[in-house]
Amino acid sequence: MMRIEYTGLTEISGSLVALEGVTGVGYDEMAELTLSDGSRRLGRVILIDGDRVVLQVFEGTDGIAMDAVNTRFTGEPLRLPLSKEITGRIFTGAGQPRDGLGPVYASERRDINGSAINPVSRQYPRSYILTGVSAIDGMMTLIRGQKLPIFSGDGMSHNELAAQIVRQARVSGDDGDFAIVFCAMGVKNDTAEYFMNDFRESGALSRCVMYINMASDPIIERILAPRCAMTAAEYLAHTLGYHVLVVMTDMTSYCEALREFSSSKGEIPSRKGYPSYLYSDLASIYERAGMIRGRSGSVTLIPILTMPSDDISHPIPDLTGYITEGQIVLGRELSQKGIYPPVSVLPSLSRLMKDGIGEGFTRADHSELSNQLFASYSAVMDARSLASVIGEDELSAVDRKYLRFGDAFEKQFIGQGLREDRSLEQTLDLGWRLLSLLPRQELSRVSEKVLDEYCPMAE
Amino acid sequence: MEETIYKIQGVNGPVVTVTGGRGLPKMSLVRVGDERLPGEVVSVRGTQSVVQVYEDTAGLRAGQPVWPTNQPLSVMLGPGMIGTVYDGIARPLAAIEGMAGSFITRGIDLPALDTERKWDVTVEIQDGDTVAEGQIFARTQEGEIIEHRCMVPPGVSGRVTEAKPSGAYTVTERIAQIEDDRGRKTPLTLSQIWPVRKTRPAKERLSITMPLFTGQRVIDALFPVGKGGCAAIPGPFGAGKTMTQHQLAKWCDADIIIYLGCGERGNEMTQVLDEFGELVDPKSGKSLMERTILIANTSNMPVAAREASIYTGMTIAEYYRDMGYHVALMADSTSRWAEALREISGRLEEMPAEESFPAYLPSRLAGFYERAGYMRTLSGAEGSVTVVGAVSPQGGDFSEPVTQNTKRFIRTFWALDRALAYARHFPAINWNTSYSEYFDACAGWYEEHYGKGFTALRARLMTLLNEEANLQEIVKLIGADVLPDDQKLVIQTARAVREGFLQQNAFHAADTFTPPERQMAMLEVILHLYDRGRELTAQSIPLSQLEKTGVFAELSRMKFGMGEGKTREDYMTLVDRAADSVREANL
Repeated sequence: MMRIEYTGLTEISGSLVALEGVTGVGYDEMAELTLSDGSRRLGRVILIDGDRVVLQVFEGTDGIAMDAVNTRFTGEPLRLPLSKEITGRIFTGAGQPRDGLGPVYASERRDINGSAINPVSRQYPRSYILTGVSAIDGMMTLIRGQKLPIFSGDGMSHNELAAQIVRQARVSGDDGDFAIVFCAMGVKNDTAEYFMNDFRESGALSRCVMYINMASDPIIERILAPRCAMTAAEYLAHTLGYHVLVVMTDMTSYCEALREFSSSKGEIPSRKGYPSYLYSDLASIYERAGMIRGRSGSVTLIPILTMPSDDISHPIPDLTGYITEGQIVLGRELSQKGIYPPVSVLPSLSRLMKDGIGEGFTRADHSELSNQLFASYSAVMDARSLASVIGEDELSAVDRKYLRFGDAFEKQFIGQGLREDRSLEQTLDLGWRLLSLLPRQELSRVSEKVLDEYCPMAE
Repeated sequence: MEETIYKIQGVNGPVVTVTGGRGLPKMSLVRVGDERLPGEVVSVRGTQSVVQVYEDTAGLRAGQPVWPTNQPLSVMLGPGMIGTVYDGIARPLAAIEGMAGSFITRGIDLPALDTERKWDVTVEIQDGDTVAEGQIFARTQEGEIIEHRCMVPPGVSGRVTEAKPSGAYTVTERIAQIEDDRGRKTPLTLSQIWPVRKTRPAKERLSITMPLFTGQRVIDALFPVGKGGCAAIPGPFGAGKTMTQHQLAKWCDADIIIYLGCGERGNEMTQVLDEFGELVDPKSGKSLMERTILIANTSNMPVAAREASIYTGMTIAEYYRDMGYHVALMADSTSRWAEALREISGRLEEMPAEESFPAYLPSRLAGFYERAGYMRTLSGAEGSVTVVGAVSPQGGDFSEPVTQNTKRFIRTFWALDRALAYARHFPAINWNTSYSEYFDACAGWYEEHYGKGFTALRARLMTLLNEEANLQEIVKLIGADVLPDDQKLVIQTARAVREGFLQQNAFHAADTFTPPERQMAMLEVILHLYDRGRELTAQSIPLSQLEKTGVFAELSRMKFGMGEGKTREDYMTLVDRAADSVREANL
C-alpha cells in the first residue's frame, strides 16, 4: 500500500516532534524519519489532536532541521521480529541487532506492548526454582512464574547475586529447556560486560537473548527495552515452551527515563516528579511474567533496582513492591560487614513461597523453619538495639544467646561464597543447626512434632 | 453499520476527544473507532466530548467514527453471576477466553450473563396481581446454595399481565408485563439492567447491631466490623493486606462474597480462583466459589476499566443485598482505584490537588463507602453490604491522601504494621493504632455468642495491651530485667496474648478459623494466668519461678492445642497446676 510521505515538521522539543496536516495515522503507530543526509530515525505516535500528530523520536532529535525531514508512517505499532534464532543474540533496546550479525529472519512479528494475560487463563505458580543461595531458597523461595525483584543500592553486589542466580538456577524434576532474557537499561559499559562475561563462562550465552541499552544510549530505547525483552520472553515461553528467566537491570534507570520523557511531554508530575501512571506502566511490564494454563513454558522475572539513597519508600521500589510477588532486599549494613550476598532477610519476602514449599515440594519442615528463622532473627534485632543502649554485659542470658545466634546466622546462613551452590537439604539443616543455639522454649513458631524430628536440640 | 455524526478528534492514552453534534451525553457509554471499543463520556465542552476508553487505544485514528448508546455504563444483573470472574466492566473473563484465547484482545462486547442458558424458574405472580418495585416475582436455584430471587426493577410497579407459568427461561425471555396506572407496559425478565454509578434504592437504613464474624481473633475480639459497615486495611506492601482479605473472604459469615481485584496482581486472582474452588464453606459444606463473585481488573488491564470496577462490584453487591442476602465486598485495593482516577484526571489536564490526586477524590470515596449499609430492602427483607477496602499507602505512610480520606468514611481501621510483618506476626494488625467503632453497638451480640462477661474481658485485655505498650518503651531503654515483677508479669502475659491469641496462622488447619466460644475460652485462660500470677507476685514470689514451669510458652501454643481437641478446662487446670506448684514450693 502506498503511504504518503510528509515533508517538514512544525515543532521540535526534546525528543518530540510535531507534524500538521496529517491524516489517517493511528495512535501508537511507528514512523520513519529520513533526514537530509539520508540517515533514518524511528518515531512513535504519542498524541493525536485533529490533524496534528506528535512523534517521539527514538534516537533523539539532535541534528534534525524542521524543513529537511521526510516522515513516513508505517501503519502499525512497533513490532519485534522473533524466531528461534534470537537466542545467543544481542540487540539494542529497540530490538535492533547490535552484535553485527545482521537482522533476525523473523518467523513472527509481535507488538512489543503485548496484551494482558486473561486472569482466568493464568496458571498459579507452584514449582520452585532452586537457586543454591541459602537466604533465598530457605526464606524467600523463588517460584517458577514469579516476579521477584532485587532491591539494592549503589555499590552493593546485586549484579553478582543476579549472575549467581542465573548460573545456579535449576528446577525440580527438570522438564523443558531453560532460556535467559537479559535486559540492561541505562547500565554502565562494565556492568553489561560483567554479565556477558559471566554468561559466556557459564555457557549460558547460547541460550540467552540480550537487550542492551547503555547509559549513553537514547532514553526512548530505554523505555522500549523491557517491553522488547518481555515480548521475546513471552515468545520463548508460551510459543516455544521454554522456562524463561528474565533479568532486568536497572529499573531505576528505566523509571528515570520515563520521568524525563513524561516531563518533555508536559505531563502533570506526581510523586517526586514521576508520571502519575508509573504504577500502571511498571505493571504493564511486570505482569507479563507468569504461566498460562495448558502451556508448558513459564516467564520468571527478576528485576533489579537500586534504591535512591537506600530508601525503600522511594516511589520506584514502593510501586514495584506493590506489583511484584515479594522482594529480595539487600542491606547496606550486611554489605559493610563483608557478608555476601547481603540479603536483609526481614524486609525480604516471597509471596508465592507458601504454596510452593513443604511436603511434596521441598520438605515438610520448610515452612515452620523459615517462620521461626524470621521470628528469631527479628528478636536478634531487638536484642541488638537493647545492647547498644545498656551494653552487652547487662543483657539477660536469653538475649545474649540471641546475639550469638544472630552473628552465626548472618555469617553462615546468609553469607556464602560467590560460587557456592548449596542443596536444599544443606540449607534447611543449617537452619535447624543455627536455631539449636537458642533455648527450646523460644521456638514458639514450630510445633513440637517438627521440633522433635528436625531440631538437633541440646536440651 | 448505522451512520454516526461523531468522529475521533484526538487521542492521548486512554483519553479520546470526540467532535460532532452538540456533544455526547455526559457519563453515557459510547463505542469508539472501527473496533467499537467501549468508553464513557467524562466531560463535554461545546461540540467536543472527552471519552475515557476502557481498552488500549493503540491504532485509533483521527476521523474514525464514534457511536453513542445514550445509556450510562450499566451491568446486566440476573441469575448466573455466582462463581463467575468478570473484568472491571462486567464482561465474563471465561467467555472472553473462549473467544480470544489466553490473552485479552480488544473490542469484545459481551453481556455479564449467559443469554442462552435456561433457568428452572418458579414464577410467583399471575395475571391480575399488583406488584411493587423490588418485589420478588420468581425464584431459581443459582448454583448449589444461593437461591436467586428475581425482583421487579426499582421504579416499576403495577398490574401483572401476560404472566408465564413456572418453567425454563433464559434471562432475556419475558416472564410477564407490568402495566401501570397510565397503561404503560414494562416487560419483566429474569434480568435487569442497572447503571453502575447509581446507588440502588432500599426502603430504609437500619442500625448495625451485629458484627461480620470472621473467625480471625484480632478482628472479631478486638476490632470487629459491623454487618453493613465499612472497614479499611491500610498497610505497606508485604504487610499482608491481601492475605487478610483472602482470610475474610474465606471465613466470614456473609452469604455472598464479591472479591474485587482492582489493579492488583494476576496471580493473586488465580490463587483466589484455585483456592476458593477447592475450599469448602464451613456453613454450607459446598465449594466457596458457590458464594463468590470475582471481579478481576489486574494492574496491567486498562486503567479506565479499573476506575469503573469498584462501581461494578458495588452494584452487584447491592443487587444481592436487595434479595435479602448479607454481602461482603472485598476491594483490593482502593488505592489503585484512586490512582486510576488520578491518571485519568491528569490526562484530562484537570487542576491537581494533594499529591496530584484530583480534588474530587474525597467525594468519590464517600460516594463509594456510603453505598454500604444494613438495609430494609424494597421487598421488606433485611440485607446488608459490608465493605472491606484495602489501602496501599505510598511508602506505608498513613498520612497520604487516600488513607486519610478513607478514614473519614469508615469506622473500622485495621492498621497493618511493617515491623510486625517483618517479625512474621500475622495478621500484622497493630493493636495500638487500629480501632473499631462498631463494638459498642454489637455488644449485645457478643454477650450472646461469646458468652456473658465478654465485654468486660475485652476491656481488661485492651488495658493490658496498652500497659504493655507503655512498658515496652521503658524496656527499650533499660531492658526487661530491671522491671519489678508485677510489670514483668504484664509483659509476659501480653506476650502470651500476642503469640497465643493475636497471631493466627492462616495456613494451619487448626488455627485458621476460631469460633466465638473458643476465642472467649482462650482469653479467659490467659487472663486467668495473669490473675494467678498477680497472686504470686503479691506474695513476693519471683515471677521467674512461674516462667520456669513453661506455662507461658504452653499458652502461646494453645491456639493449636485447642484446635486439636484440648478444652478450656484442660488449660485452666494447667494454669492452676503451674501456679499451685510454685506457691507450694514457696510455703
